[in-house]
Amino acid sequence: MAKEVKVLGKWPSPFVMRARIALHLKSVDYEFIEESMQPKSELLLKSNPVHKKIPVLLHHEKPICESLIIVQYVDEAFSTGSSILPSNPYDRAIQRFWAAYLDDKWFPAFQGVSRAPNEEAKAKGLEQVREGLSLLEDAFDKCSNGKPFFGGDKIGYLDIAFGSYLGWVRVSEKMNNIELISKDKTPKLHAWAERFSANDAVKDYMPETEKLMGFAKMLMAKYQAAAST
Amino acid sequence: MGKVKVFGFWASPYSRRVEIALQMKGVEYEYVEEDLQNKSELLLEYNPIHKQVPVLVHDGKAIAESLVILEYIDEVWKCCHILPTDPYERAHARFWANFIEDKLMHHRIKHAFVSKGEESEKAAKEIEELFELLEDEIKGKKLFGGNDIGFVDITATIVALWIPLIQEAVGKTILTREKYPLLCNWADELLQCNVIKHNLPDNDKLVAFLRHILCQTYE
Repeated sequence: MAKEVKVLGKWPSPFVMRARIALHLKSVDYEFIEESMQPKSELLLKSNPVHKKIPVLLHHEKPICESLIIVQYVDEAFSTGSSILPSNPYDRAIQRFWAAYLDDKWFPAFQGVSRAPNEEAKAKGLEQVREGLSLLEDAFDKCSNGKPFFGGDKIGYLDIAFGSYLGWVRVSEKMNNIELISKDKTPKLHAWAERFSANDAVKDYMPETEKLMGFAKMLMAKYQAAAST
Repeated sequence: MGKVKVFGFWASPYSRRVEIALQMKGVEYEYVEEDLQNKSELLLEYNPIHKQVPVLVHDGKAIAESLVILEYIDEVWKCCHILPTDPYERAHARFWANFIEDKLMHHRIKHAFVSKGEESEKAAKEIEELFELLEDEIKGKKLFGGNDIGFVDITATIVALWIPLIQEAVGKTILTREKYPLLCNWADELLQCNVIKHNLPDNDKLVAFLRHILCQTYE
């Protein structure tokens, strides 16, 4: 019997990871369809005609796109498992604010580092990334209120939004021989990152750093080839 | 329910969204007009990350980013829904609001309407794609929210009012009635709604302002 929930995705994508963590937290069974993206499947193009991107969640064949929108949908449509967003409207707003900051400002700056045309641009990019992490260290303090996650006792919306980037953060740290989330500069985030990655709802979807690094190298080579033509 | 303050700027489509939402819900608030060339200490304290309007302060607690604020307002004051109640419809509304927001970022508007060359063509094409998709999305509906103003309508006031006035200010059109008749009908419909029309800046003043800020960088 076909499963009522399907996820179109690809293993290296942090955005796909978000959808999978959310479904795990809500104890929702689903079929994962690995998309090669080359070419994009008919199902993907039909389900996400606007962006043609993964992840796409299909619930009774109805598509939901954009990872954070998917996470909120999963939280609202399924009453099983644990809540992803907090119940208090102000706390919800704060988590939404930081998730938007991560996607609109921090991650583009992070991506900019690997695409930097020279060392000076790279250093500037890294400075922006580190400033952002310092802000997120403070945000963790305020949101967690002494508890293990941004969401409190359990993984929540902002944990998912930020934690899904950790695989790529580790790749960047290894490839550039630097520390981004460090024990001395961002101790709380450092500890949180370990807890998040080891969590039952996360560990099966967090890509191994070596494997992801191989994928990153292939992507960079493609990007450089395209940029030089 | 606690004291509500809005830090805004008269010409900003983003702070107008917040005021529209509060007025739809019948919430009383104190409005603080910010001079964006000389931002107040309070604004910088309430929104240290982005240092921008709008900021909503409710019972001393500050929230920034207009779409985040809209969701907050919808969750705190329960009368007349801004977002639909059905989870799938909510996801749909959030998708379109975020899409509009992404496509109509400040730099893209400037490139599309004011700059020249390849960059301008690329930006204009992206905005055309947005209008084409919105033209399709509004088919069969009076408003994006159905019969009533919803999350997408409030977000899209930037399309209904600011885009036509930007076009008047710089003398370049992308949104035309011939190309996008349904979208233009929607804009007419939206701008007639009381809560919208009483919450928009004076057209002439806004055109002059837009002409000034859009053209100055390219002199």
